[in-house]
Amino acid sequence: MIALLMRDLRLAIRAGGGFGLGLAFFLIVVTLVPFGVGPEGAILSRIAAGILWLGALLACLLSLDRIFALDFEDGSLDLLATAPIPLEAVVTMKALAHWITTGLPLVLAAPLFAVLLHLPTPAYFWLEVSLLLGTPALSVLGTFGAALTVGLKRGGLLLSLLVLPLYVPTLIFGAELVRRGGEGMAVQVPLAMLAGITAATIALVPFASAAAIRVNLR
Amino acid sequence: MSLLSVENLTVSRGGLAVLEGVTFSLQAGRALVLRGPNGIGKTTLLRTLAGLQPPLAGSVSMPGEAMAYAAHADGLKATLSVRENLAFWAAIYETQTVEQALDQMNLRGLEGRAAHSLSAGQKRRLGLARLLVTGRPIWVLDEPTVSLDAASVALFASAVRAHLDTGGAALMATHIDLGLEEAEVLDLAPFKARPPEEGGHKGAFDHDFDGAFL
Repeated sequence: MIALLMRDLRLAIRAGGGFGLGLAFFLIVVTLVPFGVGPEGAILSRIAAGILWLGALLACLLSLDRIFALDFEDGSLDLLATAPIPLEAVVTMKALAHWITTGLPLVLAAPLFAVLLHLPTPAYFWLEVSLLLGTPALSVLGTFGAALTVGLKRGGLLLSLLVLPLYVPTLIFGAELVRRGGEGMAVQVPLAMLAGITAATIALVPFASAAAIRVNLR
Repeated sequence: MSLLSVENLTVSRGGLAVLEGVTFSLQAGRALVLRGPNGIGKTTLLRTLAGLQPPLAGSVSMPGEAMAYAAHADGLKATLSVRENLAFWAAIYETQTVEQALDQMNLRGLEGRAAHSLSAGQKRRLGLARLLVTGRPIWVLDEPTVSLDAASVALFASAVRAHLDTGGAALMATHIDLGLEEAEVLDLAPFKARPPEEGGHKGAFDHDFDGAFL
C-alpha cells in the first residue's frame, strides 16, 4: 500500500504529473477576484473566506479526473484490481496521494493568498484549521466521482457535475468556520460538522468508490 | 494436482452471453492455449477468470491468491524507469524477484530507462517481467506475444517453461505457436453461446433488468 502511495507521488512530481497545477490555479482564482469586485479592503475581507474556500475546491476538482483515468488507460487499474491489495485500499491510497499533491499545498499556501484578499487577522488560524480538516474530504469524495466516470471518454465535465454537489456541506461549514473564527464567534458547531463530514467520508466513501470501479471494469 | 478448474462456465460481454458451458482444468506444470476467432470471447473468459467480471453461470475454482493476470495493456507507467515499474509490482505482491525478472526477460541493459522510451516489444517484455515478480503459480495471459520478435517469443517461451517446471501453470490466449510442446490447445469455437431461443443462456438483460445497469 505504501508502495502505491509512493508510486503515485513519484508520478505526480515527474513530467506531466500535474503537481502544482492546482496551486497555480488557486493563485489565479484568488488574484482574479480583486479585479472583479474591486480593490476595496472592506468588501474583500468580507468575502475572503468564501473565495478562498471556493478556490481551494475548484483547484481540487481540477486534478480529480487523473486519479483513476490514467491508470485505466494504461491498464494498471485492471492489474491493481487483480492484485493482492483490496480495491478499497487502492482508493484510499490514491485519495491520500491526491490530497498530498493537491490539498496539502493549498493548505500551506492559503495564508499567503489570504493576504491578497485582506482576510481579517484572527481568521488566519481558522482558515488553516478549516482547510486542514476539510480538504481530505474533497479528495476522498473526488475518488467517488472519478470512479464513476473512469471508463468514459471526456468524463471530466460529468465528474464536476457529480462531485460539486457532494462538496456543498464541506464548503458551507469550512467557510462558516473561517467567518466565525474571524469575527470571534463560537466555532464549535462548524468545527464539529466539518470534522465529522471528513471523518464520515473517509470511513465510507472508499467502499463506494471501489464498488464503482468494479462495475466500470466489467 | 489441479490448480485451476472451470466448470460449465458462461461468460458475458455487455450483458450478452458469449461463451457457455466452458469446462476445463489446468494441472500444475501444464499450459493451456485458448484458440478461437476474434470476438469468440477469449478476453472475456480470461477477465472472468481473473475476477474482473462475474460469470453468468458456472464456477471457477482455484486456490486463493494464486493467479497473476496480464492483459492486452501492460500497465506500465511511462515516466517511471523499468526498474521502478517492476519494483512497484514486486512491492505490491511482496516478492523480491526484481533482479531475476530483469535477467530473465533480458531487460538488464534497459533498467534505468523510462518506460516511455522503450519500443513496443521492450514494453511487452517489461509487462511479462511483471508476471515473474508476482510469484503467483497461475498465469492468465491475454495475447502475451503481441509485438514480440522471434527472439523475444523464444525468451518468453523459455520463461513460461521455467514457470511450468517450478510447478506453475499458464493459461493463455494466443494465435502463434510458442513451440511449447507441453501446451494443450483448447478450441473455444464449440462453446460459442447459442441464442436464447435455441435454448442458450439468457443474457443479463432478459432475466434481470437491473443487471443491465450494473
